[in-house]
Amino acid sequence: MVFRQLLATLLFLGTFTLVSCENHPYREGERLYKANCANCHMDSGEGLGALIPPLAGADYLRLNREKLPCVLRYGLQDTIVVNGKIYAETMPGATKLSEIHITNILNYVNTAWGNANEPYRLDEVRMLLENCAE
Amino acid sequence: MKNVCFVFFVLLGGLTACFQAPEKRVLPILGERDISPAGDTIYREIPDFAFIDQDSQLVTNATFDDKVYVVDFFFIHCPTICPRVKKNGLRIYEKYKDDTRVVLLSHSIDTKNDTVAALRRHAEKLGIETQRWHLVTGEKDAIYGIADDYFSVATENPDAPGGFDHSGRLILVDKKRRVRSFCDGTDAKDVDRFMKDIDLLLEEQFRQ
Ligand code: HEC
Repeated sequence: MVFRQLLATLLFLGTFTLVSCENHPYREGERLYKANCANCHMDSGEGLGALIPPLAGADYLRLNREKLPCVLRYGLQDTIVVNGKIYAETMPGATKLSEIHITNILNYVNTAWGNANEPYRLDEVRMLLENCAE
Repeated sequence: MKNVCFVFFVLLGGLTACFQAPEKRVLPILGERDISPAGDTIYREIPDFAFIDQDSQLVTNATFDDKVYVVDFFFIHCPTICPRVKKNGLRIYEKYKDDTRVVLLSHSIDTKNDTVAALRRHAEKLGIETQRWHLVTGEKDAIYGIADDYFSVATENPDAPGGFDHSGRLILVDKKRRVRSFCDGTDAKDVDRFMKDIDLLLEEQFRQ
């Protein structure tokens, strides 16, 4: 009896883990995020006080969709508003990232931690990168 | 009857084992030590220092008289580990904010860019109080030299991200200027352990 219950629980947990893994298609993006961004924006995208803006739940992502590939490649040194808070800091560019890397990271960031923004296509990212303002 | 006796003794043994207070852990004193001619052990101490903090105040060993303090090395425009270390530093800051026996001391290793004004702005952004967490700058050699005394790494390296190599260590120093514990400041779990060490040290050094 106890054994059966245990088995049922295990089966249940097993399917649950499988499902939750499948919900998360941007594995490569996650890996690249951890390697290139998480030191500053943190593993859960929460940022750091008034020094580093959050990515989790950030309205900036939605409002600046076309700018994001350029932000990743060339960094950002500007006065920006994220969720009503002002940031005037410097983010270094990640010039070593390819267009594919950037697409993967953006798709991870835009769907992780409860974010639900539209994903990017590679050709779109390529086009946007060609038109980065200075 | 024999069996009953045996069981009784086993039980008794088990009970006394339970009642014995667990051995209290004592933090080791880290670093090399010498033996004086009189046969006493001499522990390595943090040497005299004098730096300037975000409020342009002089920070010396006397600032930490009768306190334990937590040390690290950072720079403001650090593209790698610093924000994580700061985040964990903030956890320590929050925990001991109202406990004047614990102070934090962060040394900038970018003495060119991290001026007092820049440190002040950084402190404001972090939302920290100077008396509880000093961000200091000073003479380059003095800063790099003292990093050695705290068993931390700090060197200029044009090839490293941001131009400096440094470890994200947090280091715990006791009332007698001796290093007693350290952790990897980028690792939240290790910092949990480290905070337990701080409590242990407070207990040891502020016993009534
Ligand atoms: C060295 C720290 C650092 C790193 C590494 C870093 N960022 Fe940033 N990021 C910042 C700072 C600081 C800002 C705010 C810049 C400003 O105020 O102009 C920012 C702003 C942003 C913004 C716009 C504001 C927001 O929160 O929505 C996005 C998007 C962003 N970063 C994504 C990333 C991604 C993705 C990576 C990894 C490829 C990354 N960042 C790596 C520090 C960093």
